[in-house]
Amino acid sequence: MRLSRPDPFIGLAAACSLLILAFILLPLVEMITQPTAADMAAAARDSDAVRAIWLSMSTSLTAGIIALVLGTPFAYLLARRSFPGKKLVESAVDLPIMIPHPVIGIALLSLAGKNHWLGRTMAEAGIRFMGTTTGIVAVMLFVGLPFFINAAKAGFEGVPVRMEKVGRSLGATPAGAFFRITLPLTWRSIVVGVIMCMARAISEFGAIVIVAYHPMVAPVMIYERFTAYGLKYSQPVAVWLILVCLLLFLLLRLFARPAKG
Amino acid sequence: MIQIKDLNVELPSFSLAHIDLEVALGQFFVLLGPTGAGKTLILESIAGLLPITHGEIWINGSDVTRLAPEQRGIGIVYQDSALFPHLNVRANIEFGLRYRKTNPKKIQERFDQLVVSLGLDHLLQRSVTHLSGGEQQRVALARALVVEPKVLLLDEPLSALDPNFREEIRDILKQLHAETGISVLMVTHDFGEARYLAQRISIIDQGRLQQTGNADDIFHRPETPFVARFVGMHNIYPATFDGPVARLEKDTLWLASPAASGTGHVAFRPEDVKLKVATHEAGTHGNGKENSLPAVVASVVHQGVFSDVRLRSKTRQLRAIAPTSQVVQMNLSPGMPVCCAIAPRSLHVMR
Repeated sequence: MRLSRPDPFIGLAAACSLLILAFILLPLVEMITQPTAADMAAAARDSDAVRAIWLSMSTSLTAGIIALVLGTPFAYLLARRSFPGKKLVESAVDLPIMIPHPVIGIALLSLAGKNHWLGRTMAEAGIRFMGTTTGIVAVMLFVGLPFFINAAKAGFEGVPVRMEKVGRSLGATPAGAFFRITLPLTWRSIVVGVIMCMARAISEFGAIVIVAYHPMVAPVMIYERFTAYGLKYSQPVAVWLILVCLLLFLLLRLFARPAKG
Repeated sequence: MIQIKDLNVELPSFSLAHIDLEVALGQFFVLLGPTGAGKTLILESIAGLLPITHGEIWINGSDVTRLAPEQRGIGIVYQDSALFPHLNVRANIEFGLRYRKTNPKKIQERFDQLVVSLGLDHLLQRSVTHLSGGEQQRVALARALVVEPKVLLLDEPLSALDPNFREEIRDILKQLHAETGISVLMVTHDFGEARYLAQRISIIDQGRLQQTGNADDIFHRPETPFVARFVGMHNIYPATFDGPVARLEKDTLWLASPAASGTGHVAFRPEDVKLKVATHEAGTHGNGKENSLPAVVASVVHQGVFSDVRLRSKTRQLRAIAPTSQVVQMNLSPGMPVCCAIAPRSLHVMR
């Protein structure tokens, strides 16, 4: 039995929280429970749908890996060094979050087109953006990078510089201190960063639809089925995408969970 | 041996200027100063962990100014231990061994000896996150010493510990220093620690060295008002010296021996102030044997056997430490006029 009455402020906060949770979960639950098992089975046999979901997964994973390889050293520098203009650099990293998605697509295309020296150089090297998986990965990397960098940076900031300093005094080179001290203490944050980056990449629609309508990633296919055939026809593919994503992220989270104790 | 020659470090909001310091071979040297005085910066400059603006660092006779931290042969122990949380006790201690080219048998001997003398033998497989503060600091010491550094740098190694661990680690430091004969430079803000451990002390404030000497020198013969305050001479006043007397604002104090004419500061300890009931003839009167300053009690705080009495006059504030029995007997209370008697030999002259 509790002796004190709950404070009205906490009650209000709880009410707000419930409202928000309902707002997020209701549409999703509604959608997941709409298609029948037969619809779902049919979608699973639909090779176009399977191909689209697989493409979404593989391209976002590629973007996540590129972010990991190039973004980790960058995040480390941002966490450890102070330099003039650092705030500007950090703002630049966050820009892709704010820019409207179609604008991102247009910006990347204009760089990759024949009117730009970079586009011509890439074309000569056999790299094409328009309507290719390369273009899809580029867009996904663009929108996903801020999430990776910020997660990894927060991880590095959580390791006291003094540990690296002690490591150096004990004989480790900067690289030695990074791989023997910093990385073992931050790899979980880095994996979480890859998850965040992939999640953002999979959900991208506006920029991808401009750069590559074909080959079709899952969000584009869902949109196409919605406009061409309506709500009912687009739902099973959407539900499959949600389920596959949930499973993937759950696995990665389990893998990266902190050790007990 | 550590030699620091004209070390300068410029940071956006702080600077170290013209630091010259020498820790003799095998000496336990303590750098003493308040928080934010620049003590840790000096340690990290020696270790090469901080870019210095100007100056030279020499260790055991060779110039290491341009060497990377890992090439300097330095052991460092921080206040918070900075143990690697993903490694157990043994792996923490062994961290630096792979960079040593000594033969494995000698390394093993050294490891065993340190582990036993620091009482860590039963903790080797434990996670470092579950150790007590004292145990963590012992692991940090073992980790630093097992690689046989040329010098050991200690950054407030006792400050984060509970009082009972503090004494334990303090004694271990003394014992390790005696056993290994290593040159030690320790920084602290605690004069008691410095007095207990140091063979030589330097006082630092705001990035400038104030005074260097042995503990007695610093305690009894501070050279600047800052050092005087730091070692507990709380009564410090600007003065003009004129033969046998020091002239303060509105008062004159007799000195034990004549000082050369000029200006400077005169200082005395609170425990050297004797409180007396105010006499009728108010004002300063000295007869060459005793000085007497009139004042009014501002506050009295009993601290067991002794009491901390704050006093003020029109021109200055004073502090006295008096036996509580006397404070009670005199019935001292705020607002009460008293006389502060100070023997000439208790007066310390600084210029």
